[in-house]
Formats: sequence, structure tokens, C-alpha cells
Amino acid sequence: MLLITCPYCGVERPEIEFRYAGEAHIARPAEPSKLTDEEWAEYLYMRTNPKGLLAERWRHAHGCGRFFNAIRDTVSDRFVTIYKMGEAKPDLERLVVEAAQ
Amino acid sequence: MPEKSVYSANAHLSPIVVTSNVRVEEAAPLVRLSLRGGEAAASHAGASIGAPLPLEPLTSTMADKAAAFWLGPDEWQIAIQEGDATAVFERVETAMADTPHSLVDVSERNRALIISGPKAAWLLNSQIFLDFDEAVFPVGMVTRTLFGKADIMLWRQSEDIFVLEAWRSFMPYVIELLQEASRELEAA
Repeated sequence: MLLITCPYCGVERPEIEFRYAGEAHIARPAEPSKLTDEEWAEYLYMRTNPKGLLAERWRHAHGCGRFFNAIRDTVSDRFVTIYKMGEAKPDLERLVVEAAQ
Repeated sequence: MPEKSVYSANAHLSPIVVTSNVRVEEAAPLVRLSLRGGEAAASHAGASIGAPLPLEPLTSTMADKAAAFWLGPDEWQIAIQEGDATAVFERVETAMADTPHSLVDVSERNRALIISGPKAAWLLNSQIFLDFDEAVFPVGMVTRTLFGKADIMLWRQSEDIFVLEAWRSFMPYVIELLQEASRELEAA
């Protein structure tokens, strides 16, 4: 079982208290009616699906109920960084370099 | 911390679990309010119940007949020992004035259990994956978590006394699991 730190509660909790909520930092287009079908499909369905670091949303569903963002390594399942909603997305390339050192 | 807690055992009901080292009792009815809002709303509500609402994560505050629990960065539960829920609600709602907030009377939504005794943490750990060491779960700490599959709110009232609140439809499930674990405790 993963242990995940909730940035709002400030404590480490078991994974069962959390819900995964997909990739983070995907902004809904301001005016969907002006998009082509391809652009809309791109927004709805296309995700980066990397082998390595991925920014994703999580929700502390059985705790404080808040959404937050996390950087997780999809290979090792390790959480690299956890940050609150509204905070800037960390530079993933820099995190990779730091992890290698 | 005052000796008299806002939670007291319901004298009309017999205890749910009685063993030599742990006791589970149903708590007497309370007025419960759910508050969502910013820190301004919290300070108004705190003034009206006589206990400042906690702003630190996972903490609680207590007054003579009231307690306030931090549930989220903009969410609190207030418990008040008083008969008339409508009057309490009106008093807190009036104190909020024009501050944006949501205040809901959830008195009838929850039931509470008081789990006490030297093996109280042991009994809870049968279904809760949290460390109840006092260094990481000190007296006064409150959290929502899972009890088996039921959502609960758990508050450490004192070293050996926990208060567990759950939605009333989940309570038979919680009680039966506690009874089962207590039989294991007795057999050990």
C-alpha cells in the first residue's frame, strides 16, 4: 500500500483514503464551441501517459476531501512531490535530474 | 482541557461492549452543525459558541458545552450539548451576518460512540490504519478516516478515550465490527 502525504492535512495516510483523479494541469478550453472535433477530442481523451514522472490530481476523499496535485513516477510508483491546488507545476526535467543525483 | 466533555454516554442505552479493558458506549444526542466557509466565517462562528474554531489541521477546540473540529481547510464540525437544535442554529447563523458561508444542521445525520479504556486504541486499530501513538496522534487530534469501509470522524478526547462519529446508516456496521474485535480481544 502506498503512503501519500496530504498537503492540506500535513500527514501521511494510507492510499485507501485517497482517490486518483487523472492527469493534472489540463485546462478546459475557454470556448468549446469554437474548437474543431479534433481539438475537442484532444482535450477530452489525449493524455501524456509517460514512462517516468507524471503530474496528476489526487483527492483526499476519506479525509479532508480536498483535491491536490502530485508528481508520481509511473515506473517506481514513488511520489516525488506533492503540492496544493493552484501552485505552479514543478519543472519535471529538473526533478529527473535531481533524482538522478 | 475541561473534565466534562461535550460527549457523554447515553444513560438510556446499555453499553455496546464491556470488557475488562475497553468499553464502548453510545453517546447522548447532540446538536451538530457543519460549517463551510473562510476564516472570517470561522471566527464569527467561534465567537457565537464560545470556542474559537481551530485553524490548524486536524485539531479541535473545546468550551464548556461545545467542541469544534477541523475537518478540512474550509470545513468544520461543531458539537454543542443543548436540547434545541433550531435555537443553536439560529444563534450561529445570526452571528455569521453577511460573511459568505454554508451552515447545515446535521444533528440527526451522525451517531457517536465513546470508546474508552487502556485497549481503546487496540480495538480501533482492528479496522483503522492509523498510528495511535501519542506522539503522532495526540489528545485533541481529530480526523476523518475509514473504519473498514465506513467513513468516520475520530477524535481523541483524552489518552484512553476516543469518540467515533459515523453516519447513522453506517453505525450498525461499525458496531458489529467493534463487537467482533472485542471478542478477539477477550480471547487473547
